[in-house]
Amino acid sequence: MTPLRSLCALAAALCVALAGCDGSAPNFNGTDLTGADWGRDFSLQDPDGRTRTLADFRGKYVLLFFGYTQCPDVCPTALVRAKETKDLLGADGQRVQVIFVTVDPERDTPELMRDYTAAFDPSFLGLRADAEGTKRVAKEFKVFYEKVHEGASYTVNHSALTYVFDAQGRLRLALKHTQTAEEYAADLRALMKQSS
Amino acid sequence: MKRTLIASLFALAATSALAQVTVKDPWVRATVPHQSATGAFMQLSSPADAKLVSASSPVAGVTELHVMKMEKEIMKMRPVTSIAIPAGKGTELKPGGYHVMLMNLKQQMKEGDTVPITLVVEGKDGKRETVEVKATVRPINAPATGGDHGGMHMKH
Repeated sequence: MTPLRSLCALAAALCVALAGCDGSAPNFNGTDLTGADWGRDFSLQDPDGRTRTLADFRGKYVLLFFGYTQCPDVCPTALVRAKETKDLLGADGQRVQVIFVTVDPERDTPELMRDYTAAFDPSFLGLRADAEGTKRVAKEFKVFYEKVHEGASYTVNHSALTYVFDAQGRLRLALKHTQTAEEYAADLRALMKQSS
Repeated sequence: MKRTLIASLFALAATSALAQVTVKDPWVRATVPHQSATGAFMQLSSPADAKLVSASSPVAGVTELHVMKMEKEIMKMRPVTSIAIPAGKGTELKPGGYHVMLMNLKQQMKEGDTVPITLVVEGKDGKRETVEVKATVRPINAPATGGDHGGMHMKH
Protein backbone atom coordinates (compact mmCIF):
# COMPACT_ATOMS: atom_id res chain seq x y z
CA MET A 1 0.00 0.00 0.00
CA THR A 2 1.33 3.42 -0.86
CA PRO A 3 1.30 5.99 1.94
CA LEU A 4 -1.47 7.90 0.17
CA ARG A 5 -3.64 4.83 -0.18
CA SER A 6 -3.17 3.85 3.42
CA LEU A 7 -4.05 7.39 4.43
CA CYS A 8 -7.22 7.13 2.37
CA ALA A 9 -8.02 3.81 3.98
CA LEU A 10 -7.45 5.33 7.39
CA ALA A 11 -9.72 8.26 6.54
CA ALA A 12 -12.40 5.87 5.30
CA ALA A 13 -12.08 3.79 8.46
CA LEU A 14 -12.40 6.96 10.50
CA CYS A 15 -15.56 7.91 8.61
CA VAL A 16 -17.07 4.55 9.39
CA ALA A 17 -16.01 4.87 13.03
CA LEU A 18 -17.60 8.31 13.30
CA ALA A 19 -20.81 7.04 11.77
CA GLY A 20 -21.34 4.90 14.82
CA CYS A 21 -20.98 1.28 15.80
CA ASP A 22 -24.41 0.25 14.61
CA GLY A 23 -23.49 0.65 10.96
CA SER A 24 -25.90 3.55 10.47
CA ALA A 25 -25.46 5.89 7.50
CA PRO A 26 -22.38 8.06 7.62
CA ASN A 27 -22.66 11.75 8.30
CA PHE A 28 -22.22 13.34 4.92
CA ASN A 29 -20.84 16.82 4.43
CA GLY A 30 -23.52 17.32 1.81
CA THR A 31 -27.28 17.25 2.22
CA ASP A 32 -28.61 13.70 1.99
CA LEU A 33 -31.15 13.54 -0.83
CA THR A 34 -31.51 9.76 -0.89
CA GLY A 35 -35.02 8.83 -1.97
CA ALA A 36 -35.89 12.23 -3.42
CA ASP A 37 -38.74 12.12 -5.93
CA TRP A 38 -36.98 14.64 -8.17
CA GLY A 39 -33.63 14.85 -9.88
CA ARG A 40 -34.20 11.36 -11.27
CA ASP A 41 -32.90 11.70 -14.79
CA PHE A 42 -31.96 14.02 -17.60
CA SER A 43 -31.89 13.89 -21.38
CA LEU A 44 -29.21 16.18 -22.77
CA GLN A 45 -26.86 16.44 -25.73
CA ASP A 46 -23.15 15.85 -25.51
CA PRO A 47 -20.74 17.84 -27.75
CA ASP A 48 -21.06 15.14 -30.44
CA GLY A 49 -24.80 15.63 -30.53
CA ARG A 50 -25.60 12.32 -28.85
CA THR A 51 -28.41 12.20 -26.33
CA ARG A 52 -27.18 11.25 -22.89
CA THR A 53 -29.16 10.14 -19.86
CA LEU A 54 -28.15 9.02 -16.38
CA ALA A 55 -28.33 5.40 -17.48
CA ASP A 56 -25.24 6.01 -19.62
CA PHE A 57 -23.23 6.52 -16.46
CA ARG A 58 -24.21 3.40 -14.48
CA GLY A 59 -21.28 2.23 -12.45
CA LYS A 60 -19.97 5.78 -12.13
CA TYR A 61 -20.43 8.26 -9.34
CA VAL A 62 -21.73 11.33 -11.09
CA LEU A 63 -21.03 14.89 -9.98
CA LEU A 64 -23.57 17.09 -11.74
CA PHE A 65 -23.69 20.86 -11.68
CA PHE A 66 -25.02 23.73 -13.72
CA GLY A 67 -23.31 26.86 -14.99
CA TYR A 68 -22.16 28.65 -18.11
CA THR A 69 -18.82 29.28 -19.74
CA GLN A 70 -18.93 33.08 -19.67
CA CYS A 71 -19.05 32.87 -15.89
CA PRO A 72 -15.69 34.13 -14.65
CA ASP A 73 -15.91 32.95 -11.12
CA VAL A 74 -18.17 30.26 -9.69
CA CYS A 75 -18.08 27.89 -12.66
CA PRO A 76 -14.30 27.64 -13.09
CA THR A 77 -14.05 27.30 -9.31
CA ALA A 78 -16.57 24.44 -9.35
CA LEU A 79 -14.70 22.71 -12.18
CA VAL A 80 -11.34 23.15 -10.44
CA ARG A 81 -12.85 21.69 -7.28
CA ALA A 82 -14.29 18.75 -9.22
CA LYS A 83 -10.83 18.06 -10.63
CA GLU A 84 -9.26 18.29 -7.16
CA THR A 85 -11.93 15.98 -5.80
CA LYS A 86 -11.21 13.43 -8.49
CA ASP A 87 -7.48 13.66 -7.80
CA LEU A 88 -7.99 13.30 -4.04
CA LEU A 89 -9.76 10.00 -4.65
CA GLY A 90 -6.69 8.52 -6.33
CA ALA A 91 -7.55 5.40 -8.33
CA ASP A 92 -11.21 5.72 -7.27
CA GLY A 93 -11.28 9.01 -9.13
CA GLN A 94 -11.73 6.89 -12.27
CA ARG A 95 -15.14 5.93 -10.91
CA VAL A 96 -16.26 9.56 -10.94
CA GLN A 97 -17.91 11.27 -13.90
CA VAL A 98 -18.12 15.05 -13.79
CA ILE A 99 -20.97 16.57 -15.79
CA PHE A 100 -21.34 20.30 -16.40
CA VAL A 101 -24.74 21.39 -17.74
CA THR A 102 -25.06 24.82 -19.28
CA VAL A 103 -27.86 27.17 -18.33
CA ASP A 104 -26.83 29.42 -21.24
CA PRO A 105 -27.29 27.18 -24.30
CA GLU A 106 -27.67 30.26 -26.49
CA ARG A 107 -23.99 31.13 -26.14
CA ASP A 108 -22.59 27.77 -25.05
CA THR A 109 -22.27 25.89 -28.31
CA PRO A 110 -21.34 22.18 -28.32
CA GLU A 111 -17.79 23.06 -29.43
CA LEU A 112 -17.38 25.60 -26.67
CA MET A 113 -18.70 23.13 -24.09
CA ARG A 114 -16.22 20.53 -25.26
CA ASP A 115 -13.20 22.85 -25.15
CA TYR A 116 -14.24 24.40 -21.88
CA THR A 117 -14.72 21.20 -19.86
CA ALA A 118 -11.63 19.58 -21.42
CA ALA A 119 -9.53 22.53 -20.24
CA PHE A 120 -10.17 21.35 -16.67
CA ASP A 121 -10.02 17.61 -17.25
CA PRO A 122 -10.36 15.62 -20.47
CA SER A 123 -12.82 13.24 -18.81
CA PHE A 124 -15.28 15.99 -17.88
CA LEU A 125 -18.43 16.12 -19.93
CA GLY A 126 -20.34 19.24 -20.96
CA LEU A 127 -24.03 18.70 -21.71
CA ARG A 128 -26.63 21.05 -23.14
CA ALA A 129 -30.13 21.22 -24.50
CA ASP A 130 -32.23 23.77 -26.35
CA ALA A 131 -34.01 26.47 -24.36
CA GLU A 132 -37.00 24.18 -23.62
CA GLY A 133 -34.83 21.23 -22.65
CA THR A 134 -32.76 23.46 -20.38
CA LYS A 135 -35.94 24.61 -18.64
CA ARG A 136 -37.02 20.99 -18.20
CA VAL A 137 -33.76 19.75 -16.72
CA ALA A 138 -33.53 22.78 -14.41
CA LYS A 139 -37.05 22.07 -13.15
CA GLU A 140 -36.29 18.39 -12.57
CA PHE A 141 -33.20 19.31 -10.54
CA LYS A 142 -34.75 22.32 -8.79
CA VAL A 143 -32.15 24.53 -10.37
CA PHE A 144 -32.88 28.21 -10.47
CA TYR A 145 -31.45 30.27 -13.32
CA GLU A 146 -32.26 33.64 -14.78
CA LYS A 147 -30.72 35.82 -17.41
CA VAL A 148 -29.88 39.24 -16.11
CA HIS A 149 -29.77 42.01 -18.68
CA GLU A 150 -27.73 44.70 -17.10
CA GLY A 151 -24.82 46.50 -18.61
CA ALA A 152 -23.71 45.71 -22.14
CA SER A 153 -24.32 41.97 -22.13
CA TYR A 154 -26.14 39.51 -19.94
CA THR A 155 -25.08 37.35 -17.06
CA VAL A 156 -26.87 34.31 -15.71
CA ASN A 157 -27.68 33.97 -12.05
CA HIS A 158 -27.90 30.30 -11.17
CA SER A 159 -27.93 27.68 -8.41
CA ALA A 160 -24.45 26.57 -7.50
CA LEU A 161 -25.11 23.20 -5.85
CA THR A 162 -23.34 20.05 -6.98
CA TYR A 163 -25.44 16.89 -7.08
CA VAL A 164 -23.93 13.49 -6.44
CA PHE A 165 -25.35 10.27 -7.89
CA ASP A 166 -24.30 6.80 -6.82
CA ALA A 167 -23.23 4.04 -9.19
CA GLN A 168 -26.86 2.94 -9.57
CA GLY A 169 -27.79 6.39 -10.87
CA ARG A 170 -29.67 7.42 -7.74
CA LEU A 171 -29.51 11.03 -6.53
CA ARG A 172 -27.80 10.89 -3.14
CA LEU A 173 -26.29 14.23 -2.12
CA ALA A 174 -26.16 17.94 -2.75
CA LEU A 175 -22.94 19.73 -1.89
CA LYS A 176 -22.55 23.46 -1.58
CA HIS A 177 -20.29 25.81 -3.48
CA THR A 178 -18.64 26.85 -0.24
CA GLN A 179 -17.52 23.29 0.58
CA THR A 180 -14.01 22.09 -0.16
CA ALA A 181 -12.67 19.40 -2.46
CA GLU A 182 -11.74 17.44 0.70
CA GLU A 183 -15.37 17.51 1.84
CA TYR A 184 -16.55 16.45 -1.61
CA ALA A 185 -14.02 13.63 -1.74
CA ALA A 186 -14.93 12.40 1.75
CA ASP A 187 -18.59 12.12 0.76
CA LEU A 188 -17.73 10.25 -2.41
CA ARG A 189 -15.53 7.87 -0.44
CA ALA A 190 -18.37 7.29 2.01
CA LEU A 191 -20.78 6.52 -0.82
CA MET A 192 -18.30 4.15 -2.47
CA LYS A 193 -17.71 2.48 0.88
CA GLN A 194 -21.46 1.94 1.37
CA SER A 195 -21.87 0.05 -1.84
CA SER A 196 -18.66 -1.98 -1.70
CA MET B 1 6.66 34.14 -12.86
CA LYS B 2 9.42 36.45 -13.97
CA ARG B 3 7.10 37.96 -16.48
CA THR B 4 4.50 38.56 -13.79
CA LEU B 5 7.10 40.18 -11.60
CA ILE B 6 8.06 42.50 -14.40
CA ALA B 7 4.42 43.15 -15.15
CA SER B 8 3.77 43.97 -11.52
CA LEU B 9 6.80 46.22 -11.35
CA PHE B 10 5.66 47.90 -14.50
CA ALA B 11 2.22 48.39 -13.07
CA LEU B 12 3.65 49.83 -9.87
CA ALA B 13 6.04 52.09 -11.72
CA ALA B 14 3.28 53.34 -13.99
CA THR B 15 1.04 53.85 -11.01
CA SER B 16 3.32 55.76 -8.73
CA ALA B 17 3.93 58.41 -11.34
CA LEU B 18 0.26 58.99 -12.00
CA ALA B 19 -1.89 58.11 -9.06
CA GLN B 20 -1.89 57.00 -5.50
CA VAL B 21 -3.68 53.81 -6.33
CA THR B 22 -1.38 50.83 -6.72
CA VAL B 23 -2.16 47.51 -8.31
CA LYS B 24 -0.64 44.20 -7.34
CA ASP B 25 -0.81 40.74 -8.92
CA PRO B 26 -3.16 41.58 -11.77
CA TRP B 27 -4.26 38.45 -13.61
CA VAL B 28 -6.80 37.30 -16.15
CA ARG B 29 -8.29 33.83 -16.36
CA ALA B 30 -7.43 32.07 -19.60
CA THR B 31 -10.18 31.21 -22.06
CA VAL B 32 -10.78 28.48 -24.62
CA PRO B 33 -11.43 29.38 -28.28
CA HIS B 34 -14.82 31.05 -28.86
CA GLN B 35 -15.28 31.83 -25.20
CA SER B 36 -16.26 35.49 -25.25
CA ALA B 37 -15.83 36.58 -21.66
CA THR B 38 -13.52 36.19 -18.70
CA GLY B 39 -12.58 37.92 -15.48
CA ALA B 40 -9.61 40.02 -14.42
CA PHE B 41 -8.50 40.05 -10.80
CA MET B 42 -6.01 42.16 -8.83
CA GLN B 43 -5.24 43.79 -5.52
CA LEU B 44 -5.92 47.51 -5.34
CA SER B 45 -4.58 49.75 -2.63
CA SER B 46 -4.46 53.44 -1.95
CA PRO B 47 -3.19 55.61 0.91
CA ALA B 48 -6.32 57.77 0.57
CA ASP B 49 -9.93 56.73 -0.03
CA ALA B 50 -10.50 56.17 -3.71
CA LYS B 51 -12.72 54.15 -5.97
CA LEU B 52 -12.36 52.25 -9.18
CA VAL B 53 -14.93 53.69 -11.58
CA SER B 54 -14.19 51.96 -14.87
CA ALA B 55 -11.83 49.73 -16.77
CA SER B 56 -11.06 49.11 -20.41
CA SER B 57 -8.82 46.83 -22.42
CA PRO B 58 -7.95 46.53 -26.09
CA VAL B 59 -8.66 42.78 -25.91
CA ALA B 60 -12.31 43.28 -24.98
CA GLY B 61 -15.15 45.01 -26.77
CA VAL B 62 -16.81 45.72 -23.46
CA THR B 63 -15.30 45.94 -20.00
CA GLU B 64 -17.40 46.23 -16.86
CA LEU B 65 -16.96 46.13 -13.13
CA HIS B 66 -18.90 43.22 -11.65
CA VAL B 67 -19.64 41.76 -8.28
CA MET B 68 -20.47 38.14 -7.54
CA LYS B 69 -22.52 37.15 -4.54
CA MET B 70 -23.85 33.86 -3.26
CA GLU B 71 -27.40 34.11 -1.96
CA LYS B 72 -28.97 30.88 -0.71
CA GLU B 73 -26.75 28.78 -2.98
CA ILE B 74 -27.57 30.94 -5.96
CA MET B 75 -24.71 32.69 -7.70
CA LYS B 76 -25.62 36.24 -8.60
CA MET B 77 -23.52 38.47 -10.73
CA ARG B 78 -24.22 42.07 -11.62
CA PRO B 79 -22.43 45.16 -12.86
CA VAL B 80 -21.53 47.84 -10.33
CA THR B 81 -20.81 51.50 -11.00
CA SER B 82 -17.74 51.60 -8.79
CA ILE B 83 -15.60 49.60 -6.40
CA ALA B 84 -14.43 51.34 -3.24
CA ILE B 85 -10.74 51.28 -2.34
CA PRO B 86 -10.65 52.24 1.36
CA ALA B 87 -7.52 54.11 2.50
CA GLY B 88 -4.82 51.79 3.75
CA LYS B 89 -7.04 48.70 3.57
CA GLY B 90 -7.40 48.32 -0.15
CA THR B 91 -9.67 45.96 -2.05
CA GLU B 92 -8.95 42.64 -3.63
CA LEU B 93 -10.69 41.77 -6.85
CA LYS B 94 -10.85 37.99 -6.66
CA PRO B 95 -13.05 35.03 -7.52
CA GLY B 96 -15.97 35.10 -5.12
CA GLY B 97 -16.22 38.90 -5.07
CA TYR B 98 -15.43 41.79 -7.35
CA HIS B 99 -13.85 41.42 -10.74
CA VAL B 100 -13.25 43.29 -13.94
CA MET B 101 -15.38 41.55 -16.55
CA LEU B 102 -13.83 41.40 -20.00
CA MET B 103 -16.56 40.76 -22.55
CA ASN B 104 -16.82 40.47 -26.32
CA LEU B 105 -13.24 39.25 -26.32
CA LYS B 106 -11.41 39.88 -29.57
CA GLN B 107 -8.96 37.05 -29.05
CA GLN B 108 -8.39 33.96 -26.94
CA MET B 109 -6.69 34.65 -23.61
CA LYS B 110 -3.73 32.31 -23.57
CA GLU B 111 -1.79 31.33 -20.49
CA GLY B 112 1.30 33.52 -20.04
CA ASP B 113 0.06 36.32 -22.28
CA THR B 114 0.00 39.86 -20.99
CA VAL B 115 -3.23 41.82 -21.13
CA PRO B 116 -3.16 45.61 -20.89
CA ILE B 117 -5.98 47.03 -18.79
CA THR B 118 -6.60 50.70 -18.18
CA LEU B 119 -8.25 51.49 -14.87
CA VAL B 120 -9.92 54.79 -14.10
CA VAL B 121 -9.82 55.66 -10.42
CA GLU B 122 -11.44 58.55 -8.65
CA GLY B 123 -10.19 60.24 -5.49
CA LYS B 124 -12.37 61.74 -2.79
CA ASP B 125 -12.06 65.11 -4.51
CA GLY B 126 -13.67 63.65 -7.61
CA LYS B 127 -10.45 63.90 -9.57
CA ARG B 128 -9.96 61.01 -11.96
CA GLU B 129 -6.74 59.37 -12.99
CA THR B 130 -5.88 56.40 -15.13
CA VAL B 131 -3.73 53.47 -14.07
CA GLU B 132 -2.20 51.25 -16.71
CA VAL B 133 -2.03 47.60 -15.68
CA LYS B 134 -0.37 44.66 -17.37
CA ALA B 135 -2.24 41.58 -16.27
CA THR B 136 -0.83 38.09 -16.74
CA VAL B 137 -3.06 35.37 -18.12
CA ARG B 138 -3.22 32.47 -15.65
CA PRO B 139 -4.46 29.00 -16.57
CA ILE B 140 -8.20 28.55 -16.94
CA ASN B 141 -8.06 26.21 -13.96
CA ALA B 142 -6.18 28.65 -11.71
CA PRO B 143 -7.47 28.28 -8.15
CA ALA B 144 -9.72 30.93 -6.68
CA THR B 145 -7.06 32.38 -4.43
CA GLY B 146 -5.35 35.44 -5.79
CA GLY B 147 -1.69 36.26 -5.35
CA ASP B 148 -0.17 36.43 -1.91
CA HIS B 149 -0.70 39.34 0.42
CA GLY B 150 2.89 40.07 1.31
CA GLY B 151 5.62 40.71 -1.18
CA MET B 152 5.98 40.99 -4.90
CA HIS B 153 6.55 37.31 -5.44
CA MET B 154 3.84 34.86 -6.31
CA LYS B 155 3.03 31.47 -4.95
CA HIS B 156 2.08 28.64 -7.22
